[in-house]
Amino acid sequence: MISLTVNGKKRNYKGPPFKRLIDVLREDFGLTGTKEGCGEGECGACTVLLDGKPAASCLIPVCQVQGRKVETVEGLGNPERLNPLQKSFAEHAGVQCGFCTPGILMTASRMKKTDAESVRIGLAGHLCRCTGYMHIVESVTKTPKGRKR
Amino acid sequence: MRGAPLSMTVLRPQSAEEAVSLFADNPSAKPLAGGTDYMVLWNMGGANGQCLLDLSGVKEWRTIRKTAAGLSIGALVTHAELRDDPVLRREFPLLARAAAVVGAEQIQNRGTLGGNIANASPAADTFPALAVYEATVKTVSRKGTRSLPLLQTFSGVKKTNLEPGELITAIDIPYLPKRPHRQLFRKVGTRAAMAISKTVAAALVWLERDRTVCELRFALGSMAPTVRRLKAAEEFVKGKRLTAEVAAVACELLKNDVSPIDDIRSTAEYRLRVSRNLLSDFLLS
Repeated sequence: MISLTVNGKKRNYKGPPFKRLIDVLREDFGLTGTKEGCGEGECGACTVLLDGKPAASCLIPVCQVQGRKVETVEGLGNPERLNPLQKSFAEHAGVQCGFCTPGILMTASRMKKTDAESVRIGLAGHLCRCTGYMHIVESVTKTPKGRKR
Repeated sequence: MRGAPLSMTVLRPQSAEEAVSLFADNPSAKPLAGGTDYMVLWNMGGANGQCLLDLSGVKEWRTIRKTAAGLSIGALVTHAELRDDPVLRREFPLLARAAAVVGAEQIQNRGTLGGNIANASPAADTFPALAVYEATVKTVSRKGTRSLPLLQTFSGVKKTNLEPGELITAIDIPYLPKRPHRQLFRKVGTRAAMAISKTVAAALVWLERDRTVCELRFALGSMAPTVRRLKAAEEFVKGKRLTAEVAAVACELLKNDVSPIDDIRSTAEYRLRVSRNLLSDFLLS
């Protein structure tokens, strides 16, 4: 059995140890907010936080998550109560098809510097095929500071 | 075909000692560190049915230690930790800069230096920096420990001279005797992040008081089956002033130590031309 914390809740997983974290999150825990893009660690769509740091969940076998903390987009907010970062994405049109958004939100939620240049560098590992990035960057830079994101 | 979880066997040692012992008893197992390259292959169905030695439970090989001779980087230190380590950034900035361009944040947080070496990609971004710093790879197996100079660790594309049952414990980098006069790290890829290098260079040069070259160290990745030092060019410039003529001869000699190929990422001609430009710019800057 593998025990981990997902969005603050203790979870136990009893399936095969070499299942990918993204599949465990989506299939075993029903957390379908995390999306699979390329499955090769190139696009950033499946990014979750592992012990508070962005990581590609398509490249992590769940056996490596024993005893660790995972945060997914479901941990940020929900449709009724979006967090400030999510609200900013909605307000500044940082979302088009939305497939890359959960991964971008997770990486952006950990950014210390949020000037445009730092945000562009910080999001370099995320591909968006809709927006051309301008609105995404703006959504992050215009998120009100001072509150927990 | 996709990765099939049920086809996999996973050994999960909880200490270095247990890892060595489990690997000795299961020499066909594949050690797994951050998995950032292995999982790509596995996801595509290219590694089903294997037995893995998951090193994520091993705590001993995760720190950067200062020794009298230099830094000893644990095999399971991540690229993010290399990128952010203040001592490494001061003493071995080329390695810190290389670590900062491996994949992107979400890969740097997972991929390890030891895993990078065991994976032995010709395009690994950290290898040219390790080559100019003349790093040593430390290993352990049931037979004991050994030290391999970095360049002798690799035997070909994705091949190492590590034996079954042998694990990398640390990468030792000796302090430089003197600060270099100039240094270079440059990765040339298609995208700012996640790119696999077309060519990747690291270099150090020390000059005498009369501006002649005391020592040049120049290494290239993605230009041969394994990382290469430009021995012919390094030897040629020794004791000479760095004039345009000297740089031109060094650039001509560059090809003696590499064998670039055409592949999906670039062409041999482009790789050679860009690498020569990097060498020329470095020598004449």
